Amino acid sequence: MKSIEELKAIRDKAKEKMTVRDASGEEGIRVVVGMATCGIAAGARPVLNAFVDEVAKRHLGSVTVTQTGCIGMCQYEPIVEVMVPGKEKVTYAKMTAEKAARVVVDHLVNGNVVAEYTVGSMLK
Amino acid sequence: MRELSLNVLDIAQNSLSAGATLVEIGVEEDTAKDRLVITIRDNGRGMTAAQLNKVRDPFYTTRTTRRVGMGIPLFRMAAEMAGGGLEIVSAPGEGTAVTAGFVRSHIDRMPVGDMQGTVTALIRMNPQVDFLYRRRFNEREMAVDTRELRQVLGEEVPLSDPDVMEWITGYIQEQEATLTQSSGPLDAGPQL
Repeated sequence: MKSIEELKAIRDKAKEKMTVRDASGEEGIRVVVGMATCGIAAGARPVLNAFVDEVAKRHLGSVTVTQTGCIGMCQYEPIVEVMVPGKEKVTYAKMTAEKAARVVVDHLVNGNVVAEYTVGSMLK
Repeated sequence: MRELSLNVLDIAQNSLSAGATLVEIGVEEDTAKDRLVITIRDNGRGMTAAQLNKVRDPFYTTRTTRRVGMGIPLFRMAAEMAGGGLEIVSAPGEGTAVTAGFVRSHIDRMPVGDMQGTVTALIRMNPQVDFLYRRRFNEREMAVDTRELRQVLGEEVPLSDPDVMEWITGYIQEQEATLTQSSGPLDAGPQL
C-alpha cells in the first residue's frame, strides 16, 4: 500500500533533483493540449496523460505540458500544439496516446516534426 | 462523452475558469437505493440567477471565458437518460455546486469510468488549485485531499513532480480498489 512515509521519501529525493534542474535555466519546449468539452469528448485526457508520462519517463526537464481551451477546430480534436523556442508552432490533430509517444521521441527529443500527424497534412 | 469521469473533467474546467482555489469532486454509489450521485463543488466566483437560467442552453456561452457551452447540457443529458437529473446551486461570490443523480442500474447509465485519470489530470494541470476527491461505495469511503499532500510535501516540492504524481495515481487506485473488495469490481470501464 502507498504510505505517507513513501511520499515523504519522494519529497526528499525531489528536493535533491530540483537543485540540479534549476541550474540549467534554458528556455523550454511547450506542449499544449486542448481540454475543452470538444477535446475531452474526442479523447484528450489519455493524450495529455501520455505526454506527461513520456516526458517524465525520458527526464525531459525543459518540457512543460499545459492545457488550453477550445481553439475552434473541434473536428480535429484532440489537438496538441508544440512550441519549440525559435521555431514555428506545430499543430497536431486527431491525437492518440500512441501518437503522443511518437511526437515525444521524434519531435521533442530529436527535433523532427511528425508531418503526417499535423493538422496541415489532414487539410490536404 | 463515453464515460461520466470525462463529464467530471469537463465540468471541473468551469470551476477552474471561475477562479476556484478548491474543487471538491464526489462520487457516491448506493446499491440498496440504486443511486449514483456525482458532485462537483467549487469556491469560484459563482453565477447570478440570470446566468444560472441560461446554463441549460447549449448555445449560451460567455464568449470571453468560455465558461459554459456544451458541458452542462451533455452532463444533464447523461443524468436524464439514466432516470436522474442535474441540479446547479450557485451564487455570486459563493461558488457553484453541480450535482448529477442517476439510477445506478439504469441500462442507459454510462459507466463512471476512469476517475483516477480525471483527478490526476486536474491535479497535474492546475498546481495552484486544491482538489478533494471523495468516493463512497455503500458504507465504504475514500478521500484524497491535495491540501493534506501539500503539507507533507512542503513548499519546495510541487504536486506535479513526476514521482509525486505516480504516488498519487497509485494511492487513488489502491483506495478505490478497497471500496469494493468482496462486493464485486468497481465500475471502472475502459481507460479513455
